[in-house]
Amino acid sequence: MNEIIADVLVIGGGMAAGWAAISAAKTGARVVIADKGFMGTSGVTAPAGPNHWWVPPEPGLRKAAVERRLESTFGLADPVWMERIIDITWQSIPEIAPWYPFSGDGKNGTFRSGLRGPEYLRALRQYATKLGVIILDQHPVLELLARQDGSIGGAAGYDRLNDRPWNARTGAVILATGGCAFRSGLLGSYNNTGDGYLMGVEAGAELSGMEFCVSYSISPAWLSTRTLPYTGARYFNAEGQLLSIPGWDKPREYLCKLADAFRTGPVYADLHEAPVGLPAVIREIQPATVAAFERRGLDMFQDRFEVKLFGEGTIRGIGGLRIIDDVCATAVPGLFAAGDAATREHIAGATSGGGAQNAAWALSSGVLSGTGAAREAKKRRKALNQSEKLNPLGGPGLRPSDTIKTVDNKAAIQTAQNEILDLDKALWRNETKLSSSASLLDAAWSEIRNNLQGRNLDAVSARETAAMVATARWCNASALVRKESRGMHVREDYSQQSPEYQSHIITGGLDKITSYLEKPRVAEVVS
Amino acid sequence: MITEILSERCNNCNTCVAVCPDHVLDLAKNDQPPAIARPDQCQTCFLCELYCPEDAIYVAVVVPRSELQNDPMGNIRRDYGWDGHKEEPLKNFWQLGGLLREGVMISSARYALQQSDDKKPEKKI
Repeated sequence: MNEIIADVLVIGGGMAAGWAAISAAKTGARVVIADKGFMGTSGVTAPAGPNHWWVPPEPGLRKAAVERRLESTFGLADPVWMERIIDITWQSIPEIAPWYPFSGDGKNGTFRSGLRGPEYLRALRQYATKLGVIILDQHPVLELLARQDGSIGGAAGYDRLNDRPWNARTGAVILATGGCAFRSGLLGSYNNTGDGYLMGVEAGAELSGMEFCVSYSISPAWLSTRTLPYTGARYFNAEGQLLSIPGWDKPREYLCKLADAFRTGPVYADLHEAPVGLPAVIREIQPATVAAFERRGLDMFQDRFEVKLFGEGTIRGIGGLRIIDDVCATAVPGLFAAGDAATREHIAGATSGGGAQNAAWALSSGVLSGTGAAREAKKRRKALNQSEKLNPLGGPGLRPSDTIKTVDNKAAIQTAQNEILDLDKALWRNETKLSSSASLLDAAWSEIRNNLQGRNLDAVSARETAAMVATARWCNASALVRKESRGMHVREDYSQQSPEYQSHIITGGLDKITSYLEKPRVAEVVS
Repeated sequence: MITEILSERCNNCNTCVAVCPDHVLDLAKNDQPPAIARPDQCQTCFLCELYCPEDAIYVAVVVPRSELQNDPMGNIRRDYGWDGHKEEPLKNFWQLGGLLREGVMISSARYALQQSDDKKPEKKI
């Protein structure tokens, strides 16, 4: 067994993981990143190009930016958190200048707020390496390891290129495993199967805001791409009639109208009315988007093409591990969460923050969790080399509770997709639909729990299947408990926003899921 | 989906195996290029192509390369500017936000116009 010893283990290899490792390493901590794939290509940022929330440090400007954003958070965001992430983002991006080819902003300045994915992740990797971070690519983590006192002291995984298990003994662990889009095909999300949620909950952490997972992006039906070219798209039905679809300034109406159109048949789009400046620069801004058409034999600005909505789950949605302080600690000692693995409610509330806020969150929560985890690890440093027995915490997919049997992984994942991503179920929720989804998801879960065991390399996909079904159950359970409509969560049976629910829905548990309102507004008892 | 690793170009460096986020490839063996062992896991992100220094990889989008009029082999690395031909590969990247907002304005204005057109016949009644 290949055992790694370090202060901080970062699980994941995207933006949040990179910034977490960098910030921990800056404090002098010994840091290891373990990613399922490759730090540089893994996750949804790598094939994309995020714009960050970018506001200069002028009090008036920042206050105004926060206030403007607060208006669309449906009462669930925190202005202190928002100001914090604006500031950390502003301070951090210039640090990668030695490794990132920054160019002009069209006004004689340097453009820093937006970064192209492959170069961004490559820069984070080089920066981390410069700071002494050890990067383990192709090292999926299968489970967390706990010390005798229940705190997190490491993780165990599988080295998939060398076909052997590995483990790490560390002072603290950061889950930066991304969100979960249930393998919808969303660009870059194949790896984002909710592994961190599963590992976190197994350790005793809770989730927050999982009902806010109703988010979709439009793309050519055959391949999910970045969506820049489609903001001005025209939509048509199979008969070639122009459809009346609201603009992107009304995200809910836009989505509902498109969903109506898909119910009657295939939907097509063209880019005849795209911004006139787009064709000249799209190949540079999003080369992969151009390839999606060119390699299909289509002219993206001339030809009409079929489109599809790709589910974004908790990636563009909001839910994730609940964090309890301003360094992104979970309630489990030694365990931290960053990026889409953590809840984004503090800055996004009940609506997706949009790309810019979300990127700022991934960066800042990474930076904060890195400092928090390094501080925690320093306290543990003396005890680290002792041979304290660590308890493996992984259950489903690794240690079935009953007889080992063949489980149809594909069918289980299909169930999670059907129940969470189906447009009719997601956009218009109600008690009947959610209860029916709950029983189907519970049945899939029982089979996984009782019978599924992946060995060696198969353990990776077994855990991914378990994590996706578990995540679907948490999303569904949270949606059942929020008996109101708020932001992206819309209930047919509770169509109004209710002041009683101006709080977070906290969800946890594996076999028995518990989901509750964090701060119930109890009516005063008049005696 | 990744469909080709050309053996006449591939130098068996295994970079693509290491950088694939989704474990599609197996390491090169016996002087043969890496094997496309798990194509169903390929998410068509084109990043193996971007990282291939020899332009030996082709990631197809539904249509086989042989059926296309212009051969797109190597386009990804060239478009990203990773082949070294561009001095400033991100010269126009700043336009991202403005173009996005412009598109939103176009679709919003079109919808507003459609709505007012829809209402016109009612007014006549």
